[in-house]
Amino acid sequence: MNEQIPKQTSTEQLREKWMKPEVITGSEVLLRSLLLEGVDCVFGYPGGAVLYIYDAMYGFDDFKHLLTRHEQGAIHAADGYARASGKVGVCIATSGPGATNLVTGIATAYMDSVPMVVITGNVATTLIGTDAFQEADITGITMPITKHSYLVRDVEDLPRVIHEAFHIANTGRKGPVLIDIPKDVSAAKTLFKPVEEFNVRGYNPRTVPNKLQVDKLAQAISEAERPYILAGGGVIYSGAHEELFEFATRTGIPITTTLLGLGGFPSGHELWTGMPGMHGTYTSNHAIQQCDLLINIGARFDDRVTGKLNGFAPHAKIVHIDIDPAEIGKNVAADIPIVGDVKTVLEMINPLVSHTDKADAWRKQIQEWKLEYPFRYTDAEDVLKPQWVIEMLNETTKGEAIVTTDVGQHQMWAAQYYKFNHPRSWITSGGLGTMGYGLPSAIGAQMAQPERLVISINGDGGIQMCSQELAICAINNIPVKIVIINNQVLGMVRQWQELIYENRYSHIDLAGSPDFVKLAEAYGVKGLRATTKEEARLAWQEALETPGPVLLDFVVNKYENVYPMVTQGSTIDQMLMGDE
Amino acid sequence: MSMSMRHTISILVNDQPGVLQRVSGLFGRRGFNIESITVGQSEEVGLSRMVVVTIGDDKTLEQIEKQLYKLIDVIKVINLGSKPMVDRELALIKVKSETNERPEIMGIVETFRASVVDIGTHSIMVQVVGDTTKIDAMIELLKPYGIREISRTGVTAMTRGNDTK
Repeated sequence: MNEQIPKQTSTEQLREKWMKPEVITGSEVLLRSLLLEGVDCVFGYPGGAVLYIYDAMYGFDDFKHLLTRHEQGAIHAADGYARASGKVGVCIATSGPGATNLVTGIATAYMDSVPMVVITGNVATTLIGTDAFQEADITGITMPITKHSYLVRDVEDLPRVIHEAFHIANTGRKGPVLIDIPKDVSAAKTLFKPVEEFNVRGYNPRTVPNKLQVDKLAQAISEAERPYILAGGGVIYSGAHEELFEFATRTGIPITTTLLGLGGFPSGHELWTGMPGMHGTYTSNHAIQQCDLLINIGARFDDRVTGKLNGFAPHAKIVHIDIDPAEIGKNVAADIPIVGDVKTVLEMINPLVSHTDKADAWRKQIQEWKLEYPFRYTDAEDVLKPQWVIEMLNETTKGEAIVTTDVGQHQMWAAQYYKFNHPRSWITSGGLGTMGYGLPSAIGAQMAQPERLVISINGDGGIQMCSQELAICAINNIPVKIVIINNQVLGMVRQWQELIYENRYSHIDLAGSPDFVKLAEAYGVKGLRATTKEEARLAWQEALETPGPVLLDFVVNKYENVYPMVTQGSTIDQMLMGDE
Repeated sequence: MSMSMRHTISILVNDQPGVLQRVSGLFGRRGFNIESITVGQSEEVGLSRMVVVTIGDDKTLEQIEKQLYKLIDVIKVINLGSKPMVDRELALIKVKSETNERPEIMGIVETFRASVVDIGTHSIMVQVVGDTTKIDAMIELLKPYGIREISRTGVTAMTRGNDTK
C-alpha cells in the first residue's frame, strides 16, 4: 500500500536491544515494554502529563505512532486495530480532558470484549488529590468500564504492570485495561529488566471446560429434533471459526450469528440463517422460538437478541458456552452451562457428534423460511435506496472487504445486506452502540490489515461525531473508503418516532450538515457524491480505483425504515415485516 | 421464583488502593444491595478480608459471586450463609441517662453481656457485641431512655470449626 504502514514484526536484534538491562526513564520503560509485547502501532494525542513519554518517542521509529485529532479518534482506532488483528490495541492520552475523552471508547471496547491497553498520563504523584491542573481520577472514572486498571506510583512497578495489563487484556474474556502513569513516574529512572512471567493470584480464567458438560451437550444433540446454533462474538475472539464450521457442518445444525458474530460463519452456506434479534431475519427469530435445543456459542443473550426474556426460546433446552462464567444464567437460565474457551470446547465436542438425522424435517422447514422470508425492500429508480447501496458494495467487493460502521440504520442495513465470509471483517459497536465509531475504527483496521480493502459505512449523523479524523486518512494516505449513507436525518431515531411515538419527529433533522464532499476536500481527501444508481456505481468504481482515501456521499431516501423490526417488549417472533 | 434472603459473603482481596471502591462500585452499578460492609487485614500479609451482608434471591447471589470473581483483585469469595458460621457486630450506643436512671440501664447492659465504656454527666456510652438481632434488641430496650447516637461496625463473620476457608 504505502510506506506509512508499519513493518509487521520486529527483528531478534531489535528485541535483544530492547531487553538489555539498562537504567532508563519510566517513559523509555513504557516504550520498550510495548515493543516487547509485540506492539507495532499506537494511536495517541500528547499533552502536559505525557510530555516525557512523547519526548522519549522523539525520533523513535521502532513502532508507529498515529496522531489523531481527538482522543476519541485514537481510542476507537485502537479498538478497530484490535478487532481487525486480534492483537491488543494501544492508545495514549494525557491526563484530565485527554483521559476523559477516552471514556466512550473504553466503554465501547468493554461492552464488546475488545482487548486494549489504554495509557494515560496523570499529574505528578505529589499533586494527585489536589485538584491540580488537568487532574482527573481516571482510574476511578473508568472502574466500571475496564477489565482492570492500574495507577502506577513507583517506576519500579512499570515493567510488571505493563506485562500484566497485556496479559489480562488479551486472555479470558478480553477487555480494556487502563494504566495511569503520573508525570514524575514517567520521568523517574530505574534499572529496566523485562518481565516475562505472569503471576496474578486473582486471575485464572478457565479455558478448558468440564468434560461431563461437554458429554451432556453431545447427548442433547443426538436427541434433538430441532437443534439450532446461536454463535456470537466469542467465536471470533477465540479464533474458533474453523471449529464452528466443522461443528455445524458435521451435525447439520442450522446456525445464526449475532451482530458481533457476523463473519464467524460463511454467509453463503445453506445452514446459515442470518442475524437474529431486533432487526434479524424471520428465519433466525422463528428458529430460536421453535427449536428444542439452542446452543449458544460465545454470545451473551443481549436484550437486542432475546427481545422479551419471558417467552424467549420457550421450547428449547438451553446450552450456553462462554469463557465468562458470569454470563451464564445472567439473562437466560442454562440447562447445560459450559464454561470454557469456545475454541477448546468445540475441539472437544466435534469428535463426539455426528449428523443429526432426526432434524431433517427441521432443516427443511428452515430452508422454506429462508426462501420465503429473505431480507427485502422496495427498490426505486428515482431515489437511491440505502439497502441497494450496501448490496452494491457487497457485490462489487464479493463480501471480501473489512467493513466498519457507525451506529444506526446504516449499521443494521450493512449487517443485513453485506455478506461476510471471514472473521475479523465486520467491525461495529454492538454493545454500547457508539456513534462516531465508524471512521476512526476503519483507520485502526486499515493499520492492522494494510493489504485489505477497508470500507467505513456511516450515517450522516455519526460521521459528524468524529469527522476530524479525515485528517489522519489524508496525511498518512490511509486508503479507507468512507461511505456516508446520507438521509439528512437521524434515521433510527426517526424510525422509532414514526412507529412508536406516532410521527412526533422530535429533533432529528440534520439540516445544516456540511457538504460532505467539500468537507473531505478541505482535508485533502477525495470526495464524491451520488444521488442515482448510475452515479453511485460510477463513484464507487472511481473510489475503488483510487489508491488513497475517498469519501462517498450517497444521498438516499429519507424515509426508509429498517425491517424486520421487533419492538421492545415483544418476543422476537412478533416482527414488523415492513411496508409491503 | 426464589425468595430474597439475607446473605453474608466473605471476600478475600488484594490490599490495594481502590479495592474497596472496586467491590462497592460493583454492587452499586449492578443493583446489588449492601446492608453492611466491613474490611480489615486478613491472616495473610497483603490480603484484606471484606464481609458484605446483602439481600437478594439465589440468582442474585450467584451473579454477585461470579461478578466479584471477575475483579482481578478478588482472590476468593465465600458465601458464609451456606455453612455454620459466627457473625458478630459491635455497636456503641450513647444513651441519655440522669444519675437516677443509671442502675436501670446497667441492668439491661449486664443482661446483654454488654459493657459501659464511658459515663458523662447526662449520658452513658454502651458497647455491645453480638449478632445483628441482639444489637437490634438492645437498641429497642434502650430507646425509652433516649438514644443520642449509635455507631455500628457492620457484620464480620467466619465459618465455625477447623475449616479455614
